Amino acid sequence: MITVTNLHKSFGDNEVLSGIDARIEEKEVVCVIGPSGSGKSTFLRCMNMLEEITKGDVEIDGDRLTDPKTDINALRSRVGMVFQHFNLFPHMTVLENVTLGPIKVNGVKKGEAATQAKSLLEKVGLSDKADAYPGSLSGGQKQRVAIARALAMNPKVMLFDEPTSALDPELVGDVLEVMKNLAKEGMTMVVVTHEMGFAREMGDRVIFMDKGVIMEEGKPEDIFDNPQNERTQAFLSKLL
Amino acid sequence: MLENLRDIIENPDVIVNTLPFLWRGIQLTLIVTFVGVFFGFIIGSLVGLMRLTKNKLVYGIATVYIEVVRGTPILVQALFLYFAVSDFFGVNFTALQAGIIAIAINAGAYIAEIVRGGVESIDKGQTEAGRSMGMTATQTMRYIVWPQALRRMIPPLGNQFIVSLKDTSIFAVISLGEMTYLIRQYVGTTGDPFMPYVMLCLGYLIITIPCMVLLRQYERRLDV
Ligand SMILES: Nc1ncnc2c1ncn2[C@@H]1O[C@H](COP(=O)(O)OP(=O)(O)OP(=O)(O)O)[C@@H](O)[C@H]1O
Ligand SMILES: [Mg+2]
Repeated sequence: MITVTNLHKSFGDNEVLSGIDARIEEKEVVCVIGPSGSGKSTFLRCMNMLEEITKGDVEIDGDRLTDPKTDINALRSRVGMVFQHFNLFPHMTVLENVTLGPIKVNGVKKGEAATQAKSLLEKVGLSDKADAYPGSLSGGQKQRVAIARALAMNPKVMLFDEPTSALDPELVGDVLEVMKNLAKEGMTMVVVTHEMGFAREMGDRVIFMDKGVIMEEGKPEDIFDNPQNERTQAFLSKLL
Repeated sequence: MLENLRDIIENPDVIVNTLPFLWRGIQLTLIVTFVGVFFGFIIGSLVGLMRLTKNKLVYGIATVYIEVVRGTPILVQALFLYFAVSDFFGVNFTALQAGIIAIAINAGAYIAEIVRGGVESIDKGQTEAGRSMGMTATQTMRYIVWPQALRRMIPPLGNQFIVSLKDTSIFAVISLGEMTYLIRQYVGTTGDPFMPYVMLCLGYLIITIPCMVLLRQYERRLDV
C-alpha cells in the first residue's frame, strides 16, 4: 500500500529525516512511537506531501509522490489525515465540515454527501451534533468529527498524528474506540501515538523512531516486552 | 467671544442655512466613499493575495504599489490623478471620477495589508486540513481560509472605511462638491465661519460615530 524508500527531509540545514525505509501493507495498522522531535510528524506529513520530500520517495497505492505526473490532489483525497489539533473548520457546522471534501473534491451531490456524512457521524457517535458548530464541541467530539471528515473521502489509508494528545484524559477513550473500530473494519492506518496501550492492542506493527531514523520495528509484543535497541529500551523505560 | 455666542443663539438661521449644503455634500461624500472603498476592497484583496504568493515578481509588484501609495499623501495622489495623469494620458477625469479612483487606489493599498494580515492570521492547520483532503490551493482559500479571514478583517476594514470617508474631504482641492467643499463655498459667500464648520464636523461625526459603535460591538462579539 505504502512504500517509503530512503526518505530524507531537511528544514534548511536541519536534517529531520535521515533515510527512512518502510512498507505499510493493506489493512495493516502501524503505530509510530518515539521521543519528541524524532521526526514522527514529519514522516507522516511527508506521506501526503504536506511536507516536500527532500530526497527519496514515497509510493502510495502505485503512485510515486515525487513523480511530476502524479496528481497530488487526487492522491491526497485517497489519504485521510487526522491532526493532533483537529483542524476542524470553525465557520462550518459539523455536517458541512464532513461534506465539504466530498462535494468540492469528488463532485458528490449535496444530498448524497449529507446522507453519507450522517451515517459517518452515527458511526463516530455524534449523529446529534450534525448542526452544531465545532466551537461547541468537546475535544473528543471534535476529534471524532475530524475522523468522520477524513473518512468521508473514502480514503484507502488513514494517517493519524497524535490524535489523542490534545485531549483531556477522560475523552481519550471515545476517540480510541472509534479508531479501534476502524482498524477492525480493515482500514489501513499509520498512527503516531503516545498511547502505548492502543499500539499494543491494535498495532500489527510498531515502529520506533529516533533522531530521524527507524531504530527498531516489529510486532508490538516484541517491541514493548523485549526491545533490542538500547534507545528503544531507554524510551520505553521512561514511559513506565 | 461671548458676543459671538449670543449672535449664534439669536441667529439660528446660519445653522438652518447650512443644512442644504451639508445634505448635498454628505451624499457625494458617501457615494465617493462607498464606491471608492468597494473598488479598493477588490484591489486590496487581489494585491493582498499577491503579497502571499511565493512568486517574487508578483510579490514585488504588489509591494511597490503598497509602498508607493502608503508613502505618499492622499492629497498628492488626488492632485496627481486629477491634473498630472489626465494631462499626461490625455484623459479627462471628472472630479467625481478622480475622487473615486483616488480613494480606490489609496484604500486598496491599506486594504491589501489588512487582507494579508487577515489571511496570515488563520491557523496553518486550516490550510493543511483542506489540502490534505485533496482540495486545491484555490478551493482551500475560497471555502476555508477566506471566509474566516474576512470575519477578522471586518474591524480593520471598517476603520479603513472611516479613514477613507474623512479622506474625501481633501477632494475639495479638485473641486469635488462633497461636504467640505460645499461648506467652504458657503462660508465664502457669508463670511461667517464658526457655525458652518461646526456643522461640517457634525456632518462627519453623524456617519463616523455610528460606524465606530457598530465596529466596537462587532469586535466584542468576535472576542467571545
Ligand atoms: N516546518 C518546520 N520548519 C523547521 N523545522 C521543523 C519544521 N517542522 C518540524 N521541524 C523540526 O523537525 C524536527 C522533528 O519534528 P517533528 O514534529 O517531526 O517531531 P515529532 O517526532 O513529531 O515530535 P513530537 O512528538 O513533539 O510531535 C524538530 O526538531 C522540529 O523542530
Ligand atoms: Mg509530532
